[in-house]
Amino acid sequence: MNLALRDIRHNLGRFLLTCFGLGLLLGVALAMIGIYRGVVEEALSLARALRADIWVVEANTRGPFAEASRIAGDVREAVARVAGVVAAGSVTFQIVEARHAGGPGGDEAWDAERLRERAGEAGRQRIGAVLRLQVVGWEPDRPGGPPEIVAGRGIGRGRLEMVVDRSAGIPPGAMVEMANVRYRVVGLTQRTVSTGGDPLAWITLRDAQELQFRLTPPAARRALQGGGGGMPQDTVNAVVARLSPHARPDEIAGRIRQWKHFAVLTAAEQEAVLTRSVVERARRQLGMFTGILLLVSAVIVALIIYTLTMDKVREIATLKLIGAPDRSIVALVMQQALLLGAAGFAGGTALLLLVKDYFPRRVLLGPEEIAGFGLVVFVICLAASLLGVRYALRIEPAQALGG
Amino acid sequence: MSDALVELAGIAKGFGTGEARVQALADITLSVAAGEVVGLRGPSGSGKSTLLNLVACILEPDAGVLRLAGETVWQGGWRRRDLRAFRRTHIGFIFQFHNLLPFLDATDNVALALTLNGVGLGEARRRARELLDYLQVGRRAVAMPSKLSGGEAQRVAIARALANHPRIILADEPTAALDSERAQIAMDLLRRVAREQAAAVLVVTHDDKIFSRFDRLVSLRDGRIEGEMRPAEARA
Ligand SMILES: Nc1ncnc2c1ncn2[C@@H]1O[C@H](COP(=O)(O)OP(=O)(O)OP(=O)(O)O)[C@@H](O)[C@H]1O
Ligand SMILES: [Mg+2]
Repeated sequence: MNLALRDIRHNLGRFLLTCFGLGLLLGVALAMIGIYRGVVEEALSLARALRADIWVVEANTRGPFAEASRIAGDVREAVARVAGVVAAGSVTFQIVEARHAGGPGGDEAWDAERLRERAGEAGRQRIGAVLRLQVVGWEPDRPGGPPEIVAGRGIGRGRLEMVVDRSAGIPPGAMVEMANVRYRVVGLTQRTVSTGGDPLAWITLRDAQELQFRLTPPAARRALQGGGGGMPQDTVNAVVARLSPHARPDEIAGRIRQWKHFAVLTAAEQEAVLTRSVVERARRQLGMFTGILLLVSAVIVALIIYTLTMDKVREIATLKLIGAPDRSIVALVMQQALLLGAAGFAGGTALLLLVKDYFPRRVLLGPEEIAGFGLVVFVICLAASLLGVRYALRIEPAQALGG
Repeated sequence: MSDALVELAGIAKGFGTGEARVQALADITLSVAAGEVVGLRGPSGSGKSTLLNLVACILEPDAGVLRLAGETVWQGGWRRRDLRAFRRTHIGFIFQFHNLLPFLDATDNVALALTLNGVGLGEARRRARELLDYLQVGRRAVAMPSKLSGGEAQRVAIARALANHPRIILADEPTAALDSERAQIAMDLLRRVAREQAAAVLVVTHDDKIFSRFDRLVSLRDGRIEGEMRPAEARA
């Protein structure tokens, strides 16, 4: 005869209400875990999107994400000649305010209504809306380009074309305006965002360098033009290289470092820089808050179990009077704690899975995160029930007597 | 007295300290033999419940010797480690307030006592139903305690106390909530159990209608035994 279940059934309404409240709390805690994991994942998505084995950047920097880095574009050729390097490409990065400029055909007047219809489900797009893009310039056919295209096509050699992350909400065929120049979106990627959560947009290196030039304030621009005869200088932010499968990244990075003019990061080092320095504060902030939420949940579960136990003093004393062993009494308290935790966990998880895609930034909740959280909730409930168990074991049988 | 199941010698019990100290029992010497039904009477506050709770090993005496079922249970301290197991197997207790578990129905309240002693749930429920039928509350077998009348609840509590065939049965005003006919039935049942199971039955009561059902009636006053009479002998 399971006393825990029978008692719950007797006070079902109250138990469900408690589970509901706990479910909300655990849902928030789980959301924090998802947001935390999302921030870390997004931080790495930029570096991973480029699928580079090594990064060659300006000497004495940890660029191009943690610090500014500028190197000459022809470094790429020197890197490409290193044994073990399969391909190398120059890349630039810049964060640009862009405007969703509506329909296909750069000069053609567009009818917002018609375009919305055409966009169909993607009608969420706000034509004329300003959005921040992390623009990546790369040399087509060389490393640094977009990963898997999920809609439309890749850029090829076309000028003024763009591949952009789906989260920007711009459908293929639409136009994006940056620094008064319109780019046609030809393809979409997904889950490619910057460390700040901005969608990534790929354009050709030449377009990117021109864009850079146009975005430079006029005074600085005149200084640049002084030597270059009107064309922007061939500087890039980094050279990324893909290595042959047998090459050891550390070893090749070491060899390039010996040139003394550049800093070199392997993919692993780049990821470490991104998580430990670029998003470090956000990560620690979220991590701390998640910790606090879990602590609060633990305290609340403990309080709930403690009160549930206090409400049952007479029943527990009676059980002791009729000779129930401690084992039965411990089971009564612990099973209720675990049931409460399980119900709260299930409710909170279900709730969050329903709403997680409505968050503006990524909430990463895989089976791993959920299983891990379940384990944490289990441990919290066990620990929290100890307080109730201690209380229950101290109840004297004589407390069953009297009115 | 080798067949005495309950033996108290020089038992004393006080509550509180200093000014607030109450000497609830002083120098109580009493024994109840197997098959004997003994009544405890006395004015309110005379120590009847305290005496019963001492025998049930719920309260710890201050002095004296307490022997139950031939075993010294208390003498200067508890002599038995597992009092709860002892209660479960030797003592049936009927409380002044019925103390049924509110989340179990009548049948399971009785069956629980059996399952705690290792009886399987199905068999425990079958025996519980039998007992409830016998105590004329069979038709309330699936009712929750909150839906039972005082008398019905008391009879379920009696069934629970008797379920494990204990050798020592203690009852604190078991008939207070029963009408006189059912009170007689309950007392007859206790007498029968005493005889058939060779159990010692100690019953606290105010109810003079059932005095005739006792082998002996012990009167308490201010925590001391004032006197003793034998209604059965008186009748004979
Ligand atoms: N837990 C306790 N703490 C302090 N005093 C107590 C306690 N239990 C009983 N007493 C006191 O001990 C004395 C005997 O109480 P007891 O309950 O045994 O009386 P009783 O004969 O059962 O009375 P009643 O007929 O009203 O049930 C009373 O003065 C009572 O106040
Ligand atoms: Mg009393």
